[in-house]
Amino acid sequence: MEIYRTDVGKKYAMAISGVMLLGFVVFHMIGNLHVFQGAAQINTYGEGLRDLGEPLFPRTLVLWAFLRVPLAAAFAVHIHAAYTLGYTNLKARGTHYQSPRDYLVANYASRTMRWSGTIVLLFLAWHLADLTWGIKTVNSEFARGDIYNNLVFTFSRWPVVVLYLAAQIALAFHIRHGAWSLFQSIGANNPRFNKFRRTFANTFTAIIVIGFMAVPLGTVFGIIH
Amino acid sequence: MDLTLEVWRQAGESAEGRFETYDAPDVSEDMSFLEMLDLVNERLIAEEREPIAFDHDCREGICGSCGVMINGKAHGPQLGTATCQLHMRQFEDGDRIVVEPWRAKAFAIVRDLVVDRSPLDRIIEAGGYISAPTGAAPDANMIPVPKESADAAMDAAACIGCAACIAACPNSAGQLFTSAKLAHLDLLPQGQPERYKRVEAMVETMEEFFGSCTNHGECESACPKSISIDNIALMNRDYLIAKLKNRKLAGQH
Ligand code: HEM
Ligand code: FES
Repeated sequence: MEIYRTDVGKKYAMAISGVMLLGFVVFHMIGNLHVFQGAAQINTYGEGLRDLGEPLFPRTLVLWAFLRVPLAAAFAVHIHAAYTLGYTNLKARGTHYQSPRDYLVANYASRTMRWSGTIVLLFLAWHLADLTWGIKTVNSEFARGDIYNNLVFTFSRWPVVVLYLAAQIALAFHIRHGAWSLFQSIGANNPRFNKFRRTFANTFTAIIVIGFMAVPLGTVFGIIH
Repeated sequence: MDLTLEVWRQAGESAEGRFETYDAPDVSEDMSFLEMLDLVNERLIAEEREPIAFDHDCREGICGSCGVMINGKAHGPQLGTATCQLHMRQFEDGDRIVVEPWRAKAFAIVRDLVVDRSPLDRIIEAGGYISAPTGAAPDANMIPVPKESADAAMDAAACIGCAACIAACPNSAGQLFTSAKLAHLDLLPQGQPERYKRVEAMVETMEEFFGSCTNHGECESACPKSISIDNIALMNRDYLIAKLKNRKLAGQH
């Protein structure tokens, strides 16, 4: 696409892939909450994702073609744009300010997007190895299909709980800025709705992060056992 | 009031620069920041030392030439105020004030605090005007314009091209300047025929010089005219239309 060659075009790509990733985190968070209904429910839900589209399509086809591949593509585009734009911005300053800057509104979240994003990415690698692929060195008790006990085992190790919670904090910073920023990037600006954009980003972030944190915390406090 | 200044001194574009410390005693709080620098310079000249070079012209906040970083903030601590309109009562007796030129790769340092802002002219040349000769000013109300559009266009037209937006932006992005120059034409009927050609040309010229926007909003609060980042959203939307829409139809937008 010709438009992706421009910086403004790359921001569109970041915003659109960002929306896809936001959609993923919403559904992933909601799906996870099945764990509070017990082992049978969450395990059926996990299988259900693989059965999506049956009997019209072969098993797991919908999962791959409409969820996994597009998500991986969104990640790839998002990260490629993030790093190329980040490099452009680094070069655009030339000599850095030699005295300390005193920012007025650029906040911690907006200035650390590439770091919060990188933490989320590193966490994702661990998370897939831990609970999707079940690599033995990461999750020695992994049993495919037994989502409930895999969770209970992984959160029986306190460093893992800390890791999951820390990753959620990074995600919170990332989407708190991202879920506001994307409106500007795609030119969605209307005085009538603008005041809701900030509220939307804050509320969205709070719901996502609380929902995700509920699972490791639920295990620590013995609700999931 | 008695102040201490730390001012960036640099003899030319490729010369080595450094901060120099100057005492500035007996500054009146009624002086503007530039008058304070004048006072320091008069003393430097009396001591046969090289005065501090800084850019200025109108000294009434309309020409855009006077911008510098003051204590890490573009145009200093007072919001919506250019350096020439900043008064010393914004500071306190005994303050240490650090003054640094705008930093962006595209803005070469000419001398001390003076930078070359001509990349902004390149952006204007790419389309920041109306190419049809329009003759003398038409009668008022010959072309009806909704009040809201006229106001929004006027707000964008308040841009004085000082480059504080780029200097303050953590990414050195030129979005606020470019989008203001686009909006003051594109919100009015006269700007419509060249609207999409204009946004394409000006955005792409901007990208040759500056960084990319990540919506920090730092530009808006640094702007001496408080120009809104709403203009950036409008620019982004028009840019997509310019790229993707059938131009024959987009002209009727
Ligand atoms: C689940 C994971 C993620 C979600 C939900 C997400 C979401 C978003 C959203 C909605 C935006 C705003 C887009 C815009 O304004 O154009 C954004 C921007 C950004 N993302 Fe992500 N992202 C994720 C992962 C990542 C990763 C892995 C990285 C990189 C390593 C990353 C780096 C960035 C950067 C640098 C920005 C630009 C900052 C800005 O526009 O202010 N993100 N992200
Ligand atoms: S000197 Fe003209 S704007 Fe400050």
